[in-house]
Amino acid sequence: MALVTALRRLAQVSLREFSRRSTAVSWGAFHTAERSFTTGAQPLRSDNKVTVHFINRDGEKITVKASPGDSLLDVVINEDLDFDGFGACEGTLACSTCHLIFDEEMYKKLGPVTDEEMDMLDLAYGLTETSRLGCQICLTKSLEGMVARVPESVADIRQTKDGSA
Amino acid sequence: MSSCRLLQSELKLWTSGRSKWTRGLNEGIGWSGKTFLSTSCCPKVCIVGSGPAGFYTAQHLIKARQDVEVDIYERLPVPFGLVRFGVAPDHPEVKNVINTFTQTAKHSRCSFYGNVNVGKDVTVGELQQAYHAVVLSYGAEGNRRVGVPGEDLRGVYSAKDFVGWYNGLPSCRELSPDLSCETAVILGQGNVALDVARILLSPLDILKKTDITQPALEALAESQVRKVLIVGRRGPMQVACTIKELREMVNLPGTRPEMVAADFEGVPEALKVVRSERIYGRSLSAVADLPRPRKRLTELLMKTAMEVPGDKELERRKNATKIWGFRFYRSPTEIFADPSHSRTAGIRLAVNRLEGSGERAQAVLTGEVEDVSCGLVISSIGYKSHPIDPSVPFDSRRAIVPNSVGRVHQAAGLYCSGWLKTGPTGVIATTMNNSFDTARSLLEDVDSGTLDISTAKPGSQIVSMLLEERGVKPVTFSDWEKIDSLEMRKGEACGKPREKLLTVEEMLKVART
Repeated sequence: MALVTALRRLAQVSLREFSRRSTAVSWGAFHTAERSFTTGAQPLRSDNKVTVHFINRDGEKITVKASPGDSLLDVVINEDLDFDGFGACEGTLACSTCHLIFDEEMYKKLGPVTDEEMDMLDLAYGLTETSRLGCQICLTKSLEGMVARVPESVADIRQTKDGSA
Repeated sequence: MSSCRLLQSELKLWTSGRSKWTRGLNEGIGWSGKTFLSTSCCPKVCIVGSGPAGFYTAQHLIKARQDVEVDIYERLPVPFGLVRFGVAPDHPEVKNVINTFTQTAKHSRCSFYGNVNVGKDVTVGELQQAYHAVVLSYGAEGNRRVGVPGEDLRGVYSAKDFVGWYNGLPSCRELSPDLSCETAVILGQGNVALDVARILLSPLDILKKTDITQPALEALAESQVRKVLIVGRRGPMQVACTIKELREMVNLPGTRPEMVAADFEGVPEALKVVRSERIYGRSLSAVADLPRPRKRLTELLMKTAMEVPGDKELERRKNATKIWGFRFYRSPTEIFADPSHSRTAGIRLAVNRLEGSGERAQAVLTGEVEDVSCGLVISSIGYKSHPIDPSVPFDSRRAIVPNSVGRVHQAAGLYCSGWLKTGPTGVIATTMNNSFDTARSLLEDVDSGTLDISTAKPGSQIVSMLLEERGVKPVTFSDWEKIDSLEMRKGEACGKPREKLLTVEEMLKVART
């Protein structure tokens, strides 16, 4: 699983680099032009996509389209979403940094959790009853419109255990 | 290269007098300041230690500001600290963080200087002169002593040394632990204790495919250790290890668990906690479960110790040749010597009872003792930081550098991150957050002016000069990559991810090719 993820990511990194360079130049113009295309029929290609909403640590909502079969960690990486420290072990169930929180209804749709995932989830900061590890959730069309919240990695920056007397 | 081009374009803009750009330059935005710009400079930060703490601090700083330059100094010729020397050989996925560290090291605004001993080759004071800020992230290289007679006998080792030995830490190469006994006692019940137990009892077939060192593999092949006791002073509900590591022991091929039923008295009841609280004058009773992580861990422990297994598991246990088990409510008081060989022959354990419950329960002596025969004692009761420079404040009671959110007390421009800041507990993710916090403190201080970056600092230019004068030649990151490639090539030849170089001399020789 880890190797496939790595290879996929490698392929996508080169694609991403290319598209980033070409969009950066014309970003301003592109942005205004884009608005006129939002109404009307979507191109056929996007029928196969799943919309995912992330709520980042600042409370901002980020909406992306991803492919079925991608894990949520894949999505975060492919879309260059800038969550500090997310996915440290690269999807190998050796950390808890891809911790995401869902609402109850969506959580139930995500299916059963393996012992292996639960073991690592147990180490996650701010664990809830509807927490999952993003690297273990693979997208399907039935998860269209899912909202995943990225929890704080520490309670409050000022309250980190800091060794002061 | 790119900085030269930048320099030329800076000159052009400066002389053409475009006020928008010169204002930008004055505010120090987005330009790598060179010394001819006296009013704004890029902040230069020095990080001491290249383990997770050092690298995560560097990563956060570089990402947050386009003008920060970070230099990481490391005592060994090789980077990555405990990720290389602490994480168990059979946990390679945990080492994936090396990929993100490598990205950081190769960033244009980051430089790695290995083979530099801060405190000896260059002082912290000299670093503070050369850089706007210094972050101490050198971790915990020592260990807590048990403090009982016999601790220095042959056959008694700290887990820090034992782990260093099987992971190829140069200073532990000569450990040559004596594995010619049947029973080993490990003091401590954290994840490091479980790592040691697992490496002692793992089938060779598994170990030989990991990056465990060749000498360790050979020693373990000859090992006569068949029984490992993991001893803690409190009870099953206070074990410090986590469930993944416990599950690995439970599932370890060729082994079976053996524990003392009496140790688990009271545990089933304690799995549900009844709390009665008075809030605003009203009394509330609630039956609250333990936090899920502690509950699942305790349940797995209970099940392993007490439950009669099904037929398949019974068969597996019957065929097992090695035994492991936790022993609870026991504190070491003395390690005995074998009279003829001056090596350890056994350990005396005082029997405890608990006062209080949960995380805060305390072990209290009952007066009873129990002697256990063993030829190997490994103390896994905690790593410990050392002071490396007398000019840096150090709290010797807690063995950390006194700080508030990473800002070292009474030392402007000095910060700390990782275990040196909070004490030696936590997984890599813990250290990551800890390091991000320190980086945030540093950045806040730059923004508020508490950390003065208005004067240019020479950074590595002056430090390199000092080191050259002192006959110290740093190892660059590309030098490390030569070592890295060689280790991986050697490993490939014998079916391992890498065959580590075991001495500083060998590492330097390869680095200089």
